[in-house]
Amino acid sequence: MYATNYHRASSVADAVRLKGASDDGKYVSGGMTLIPTMKQRLAAPTDLIDLRHVPEMKGISVSGDTVRIGAGTTHAEVATSADLKAACPALAHLASLIGDPHVRHMGTIGGSIANNDPAADYPSAMLALGATIETDKRKISADDFFTGLFETALEEGEIIVAVSFSKPDKAAYCKFPNPASRYAMAGVFVTKGGGGVRVGVTGAGSNGVFRHAAMEKALSANFSSGALANVTTDPSDLLSDIHGSAEYRANLVNVMAKRAVAAA
Amino acid sequence: MGVDGIGARVARKEDKRFLTGKGRYTDDMVVPGMKHAVFVRSPHAHAKIKSIDTSAAENMPGVIGILNGQQMQADGIGNLICGWMIHSKDGSPMKMGAWRPLAHETVRYVGDAVAVVVADSVGEARDAAEQVAVEYEELPAVTDAVTALQSGQPQLHPEASGNLIYDWAIGTSEADTDAAIAAAAHVTEMKILNNRLAPNPMEPRAALGIYDSAEDHYTCYTTSQNPHVARLVMSAFYNVAPENKLRVIAPDVGGGFGSKIFIYPEEIVCLWASKRTGVPVKWAADRTEAFLTDAHGRDHVSAVKMAFDKDNRITALKVDTIANFGAYMSLFSSAVPTYLYATLLSGQYDIPAIHANVRAVYTNTSPVDAYRGAGRPEATYLIERTMETAARELGVSPAELRRKNFIRSFPHQTPVIMNYDAGDYEASLEAAMKQADWAGFAGRKAEAEKRGKKRGIGMSCYIEACGIAPSAAVGSLGAGVGLWESAEVRVNAVGTVEVLTGSHSHGQGHETTFAQLVSDRFGVPIDNVSIVHGDTDKVQMGMGTYGSRSGAVGMSAIVKALDKVEAKAKKIAAHLMEADESDIVIENGELKVAGTDKSVPWFQVALAAYTAHNLPAGMEPGLKEGAFYDPSNFTFPAGCYICEVEVDPDTGKTEIIQFVAADDFGNIINPMIVEGQVHGGIAQGIGQALLEGVHYDPQTGQLLTASYMDYAMPRADDLPSFQVSHQNTPCPNNPLGIKGCGEAGAIGSPPALMNAITDAIGNNDLTMPATPQKVWAAAHAAH
Repeated sequence: MYATNYHRASSVADAVRLKGASDDGKYVSGGMTLIPTMKQRLAAPTDLIDLRHVPEMKGISVSGDTVRIGAGTTHAEVATSADLKAACPALAHLASLIGDPHVRHMGTIGGSIANNDPAADYPSAMLALGATIETDKRKISADDFFTGLFETALEEGEIIVAVSFSKPDKAAYCKFPNPASRYAMAGVFVTKGGGGVRVGVTGAGSNGVFRHAAMEKALSANFSSGALANVTTDPSDLLSDIHGSAEYRANLVNVMAKRAVAAA
Repeated sequence: MGVDGIGARVARKEDKRFLTGKGRYTDDMVVPGMKHAVFVRSPHAHAKIKSIDTSAAENMPGVIGILNGQQMQADGIGNLICGWMIHSKDGSPMKMGAWRPLAHETVRYVGDAVAVVVADSVGEARDAAEQVAVEYEELPAVTDAVTALQSGQPQLHPEASGNLIYDWAIGTSEADTDAAIAAAAHVTEMKILNNRLAPNPMEPRAALGIYDSAEDHYTCYTTSQNPHVARLVMSAFYNVAPENKLRVIAPDVGGGFGSKIFIYPEEIVCLWASKRTGVPVKWAADRTEAFLTDAHGRDHVSAVKMAFDKDNRITALKVDTIANFGAYMSLFSSAVPTYLYATLLSGQYDIPAIHANVRAVYTNTSPVDAYRGAGRPEATYLIERTMETAARELGVSPAELRRKNFIRSFPHQTPVIMNYDAGDYEASLEAAMKQADWAGFAGRKAEAEKRGKKRGIGMSCYIEACGIAPSAAVGSLGAGVGLWESAEVRVNAVGTVEVLTGSHSHGQGHETTFAQLVSDRFGVPIDNVSIVHGDTDKVQMGMGTYGSRSGAVGMSAIVKALDKVEAKAKKIAAHLMEADESDIVIENGELKVAGTDKSVPWFQVALAAYTAHNLPAGMEPGLKEGAFYDPSNFTFPAGCYICEVEVDPDTGKTEIIQFVAADDFGNIINPMIVEGQVHGGIAQGIGQALLEGVHYDPQTGQLLTASYMDYAMPRADDLPSFQVSHQNTPCPNNPLGIKGCGEAGAIGSPPALMNAITDAIGNNDLTMPATPQKVWAAAHAAH
């Protein structure tokens, strides 16, 4: 790791100020991707601005049908929140599948979403829940937020403060982990709610997380795993690597989707 | 058997320090003035070095020195060598290309070291290493051994035309074997791939070189399984220093699995750099460096024909193997696919004709050498996959086909050198099938079918050769060293005991098992026995730990020394009690005159030996004896492993439902430690069969599996609870009747698992690692 300057932000405004004052600063939350990247000397920010201790970015609240999760909330907190388990158990379950206990106690939902790793779990849930990504400047719909591999709609210096969504009637997440990294080779989050049926797919898309239009159409007509029997996933849009070909991932997307619908 | 004696489940003495973080590993060593080394490594799989410009790096903060291979050569440091001579069929010696510790002409794999930076801190050394400007002229690369043998491929070493290191054969003549195959009632043919593995010991390699200019003396702390061999090789071949001027210490070592047998460039460079720079120099690999530069294991491509007569008896076996050696010949690489592999191709079976041909090949990949099992897993996998396939083709049960062909009388001479001394293969097969409830499998399969799962069962009957090895025998086969072991037993004046051993413990629990021998013999509490190992200044010459040799060979040397100590102690006791020496017995920590109530405690005999006030006439004072033990044969552990799996046909994911291991290890000193060895070995075997595999990009030679993000190590939740049992036949050829247990798990388990998966999916065409993708594809291809 190259030398860097560490700052602990006390508020969102403080974080923005610290970043603005740095040469080439970066926000860090759990650091589950950034710190290993820095250790490999593939990233060299002059300054790290730590967002994990900003009070307004912490915690989970459920009010009526609306769920709001502070961006600095750890995966472990999401996985174990009683309020969330009552409102959207599928999301708590998803968080329990991320990494290992160390990762879950360091990594945060905001960090995961801002990084938009194509194999991360949370982006599929954000798409499927039709979540709103709240930043220090604006509110962005999940559909507009995830723009490509490790790419988001965030502008330079913009901070995710929280995510919010309406409680779905039904939801489930099913994931097939990569045997080595245990990131998703294919992870499918399905929801049925006021906004209809939404299917978010992670781990498989060559352009990152995506919504599966054909599945949403089939499930809107008949929300059952049987409705997916004749739905296909086009391998040409999927990742292919030493762990799984695009054809295999296409199969996994279908299998995970069916299992998620059955579990929802 | 006492509470601490032979056969007792004594808790490991060394675990307190390991579990409380008090272990002392090479990277924990800190000496005054010590600086840190970082290597500049080739980013290319194959390139000529045009120039190395260190001018910018030299001015970086904290830099002490930047050294290269030309300087090393000028100082007379030699190239790395392979210490086992293999001759090709045409009588020519193996073709060994130069492996320079620091390359200055050509780099041949990604990770090849080209320079070393010594600086005040690791971070500063890394910063400076990035500023070393190496100009390369890239050359085409080849990573696959089969491809590398073809014409028109990149050539790695001028010495090895066509990248061929040797073309070697063993066993029955090819003509006789072919004739037997031609006359067979049935021939099973398979192409068998044995996947390349990265060894992944928990502790990455490290070295600390300390040069003392006043004494012109070097000390090397290093992560070695055999510090004396390291000293010998560094003295005799690399000209680092004469043996009396080089002390090698292998302190606590966190696993090796073979990868720490070999001498690597880094320890030589640290020693040499310490003299060059005038400061102690330490290097510790990071995990990616370990993936890149630790000697890999396996990587065989084989074609096999197994011939049967009309009664399903094997009449012949023909094997043609291509072994990928990587870019350079590592220390014992040449022996692995020859005398550690082809000599075991008879398996547990009476096969009248065996012909094996092995070609060793250079490629632009990390060097390949011994990894847990070393040749024997490759042989077992080949035989046991083929047996299973043959049983399916012949329409007989896999157990019956094996039973029909088992060797049942001993000693048994195979056509491939080995002379099996003892065994009861039927006993392990029976025990394993009973434990696994083989008879009830059909019902379990039907039940799984209802849940949409494909259930399969598979077995593997393995044999291996351990206790390496009779020195004269291995010498006649090309080994550069003898493979005896040494021991010294020092009884202190108060009766406590130190055992100095040439074996090296890097996880095996020697500090416990070796002490049990002493406790058993003299009745002293195990806490009064210390095991000293891993330091060439403390222990006389030794050959180290690998090939499951520390029990069969290392402990046999201790037994020989204990015999001498016991004889002298009895003489002293007889003298003290005015009795006849032949009447003295040792019981419960006392030397007694048999049949009387006369006794002297053990410590009193020890004290008498050192006060020397009242010893038998002419006896030298002291109670300390040494011994060397050279085995008369290999030992032959064997057993039967059964694995039962369920495959999810939708995803191809395999779940291991049960894993049964029935082993014959000969006599056992500490069953708990032996079971631990079996558990660890099976975990690694399951890793090979299900998860692990080194991948290089075939075009660029870049290592694609350079971290745990891409290299799948087995984790606790990938593994079932193992059901382990023993059906021991004592080894007739060593004093303890020990065969060895360190590698069996890794040898026997991969074919059992693969036979189970192929049974489940109904398709024999499946290679390791059986990843979900491959299993899914094979399952669908079968229907």
